[in-house]
Amino acid sequence: MTTPDNLPRPLRKRRLSRRLDLVLSPIILVALIAVWHFVTVEFAIPAFILPPPLEVWRSLVAGLAAGPFDRGGFLYHAGVTFSEALLGFVLGSTVGIVVGFTIASSRLIERVALPYIVGFQSLPKVALAPLLVIWFGFGVEGKVVITSVITFFPLLINSMAGYQSVDPDRIDLARSCNATRLQILQKIILPSALPYIFAGLNIASVLAILGAIVGEFVGAQSGLGMLLMQYNQSLQIAPVFGVLLILGLMGYASNVAIRTLERRLCFWAQRATPAANSES
Amino acid sequence: MSHPTRSEVRPTPAPQPAAPGGTIIEAQGLTKIYPGATGNVLALQDVSFRIKDGEFVCLVGPSGCGKSTLLKILAGLLPYTGGTVTRSGHTLEGPGPDVGMVFQAPVLLPWRTVMQNVLLPTEFRRLNADDFRARADELLTLVGLSDFKDRYPHELSGGMQQRAAIVRALVQDPPILLMDEPFGALDAMTREQMNVEVLRIWNRNRKTVVFVTHSIAESVFLADRVFVMTPRPGTIAEIIDVDLPRPRDLSIINTEQFGRHATRIRALLHAKGDLS
Repeated sequence: MTTPDNLPRPLRKRRLSRRLDLVLSPIILVALIAVWHFVTVEFAIPAFILPPPLEVWRSLVAGLAAGPFDRGGFLYHAGVTFSEALLGFVLGSTVGIVVGFTIASSRLIERVALPYIVGFQSLPKVALAPLLVIWFGFGVEGKVVITSVITFFPLLINSMAGYQSVDPDRIDLARSCNATRLQILQKIILPSALPYIFAGLNIASVLAILGAIVGEFVGAQSGLGMLLMQYNQSLQIAPVFGVLLILGLMGYASNVAIRTLERRLCFWAQRATPAANSES
Repeated sequence: MSHPTRSEVRPTPAPQPAAPGGTIIEAQGLTKIYPGATGNVLALQDVSFRIKDGEFVCLVGPSGCGKSTLLKILAGLLPYTGGTVTRSGHTLEGPGPDVGMVFQAPVLLPWRTVMQNVLLPTEFRRLNADDFRARADELLTLVGLSDFKDRYPHELSGGMQQRAAIVRALVQDPPILLMDEPFGALDAMTREQMNVEVLRIWNRNRKTVVFVTHSIAESVFLADRVFVMTPRPGTIAEIIDVDLPRPRDLSIINTEQFGRHATRIRALLHAKGDLS
């Protein structure tokens, strides 16, 4: 990016500070790694507590070098965890939106269902993981179910809020044009609620990976969560950091994907609705 | 005009267009009761009137007098409790293509361009939108929005958005236009401009217009007849014939005749003790 000299001063200044951001972020990363390296080497910290960055890098490279079908490599397990998270995310979100709209469409259903929703929502969903593993086994199914249950709620709540936030004038407008109920749902309610739904999807995308990992902690034959437990128990901390890094990247990538989709579909929304607390 | 005629584009038989000067809307003993937790609210009591085809009628009155309720009933958006209402020669049963509706807010869908918004009614009625594009173009040009048809609503000013909403109401060429305080949210200058513009559009198309407002001046400036409404229970206190010459422009506001009508309406509203 070049800055033309004829730009007015304030504009040039703004561009410069924007470029400053792009420089500062990597500098902080480099500094952190340098401090990490210095501390581990200088104070001779044992590798089973905190391995030096170079060792983490080596184990990461070694783990990634194996092919995606090699059970000894990271990619295979990352694929398993990602599939579980994605499947559960799609399932839980879809059901969440459908149930949310159904509840919001009727006062009676809302009043009947609300106590159950509130009650179930205040339960920490990860606490269900051991039970679900018993019911659905140590395979992929159990993890998909846990992930679905966890992602269901943010979409339930957000799609209900989205449905109820639709400007009644928009529905009157559609009715004055003889719109059917299905047309009102498709052309008015769903697009109007979309910013809310995306706020829910943003939260759910983080929770999905969390759900898959917790499920794998409880019992699994594959997946990054299982790998983490294995390395932890054998005090191989360098590959633990490697796996954490991959998990971080996975979460970041899914968040970017959803935000990109959101910008495409909700370009008209003045400001994205603030995402609620993402902890569960 | 080059737009398709009604019989070509509408699969269902069109409502009988009233003969020029014939009755197009009629209410007899119209009553509306809102059931409430603390008791029923009588929103409209025994309202009767006749509106002729091509007439410009304003409903004026303080908030709570039932003028918006009456308009929504005429639009077929609200059920009524008692009495009879006919619209375009039929007992009123619901919304129909014989009515175009303009709300207080523009109610444009922000994810659609101006043109897509204008064609929305034809989409809901499962008509071929292409058949209406020429008419939409013509109407957008009429209100000075031809350069904005591919823009999104947030790129338009409030007045421009409301113009687009009027075009949307007119796109199927309905004989009746119902307007619910359409300029209440606009600043005074824009509002005056919009009033002049509405008269210009009405002059060209001669729709039957029922226009709700709480501005006395607006009602006198626009209407052939002003229905003065008073609240608790909502009813028409009197119907004023505004015999000001047409076409009208803003200078008419300063005439003695105009002032006489405005004073008369104000007195009617005051007599009921509803304006301080």
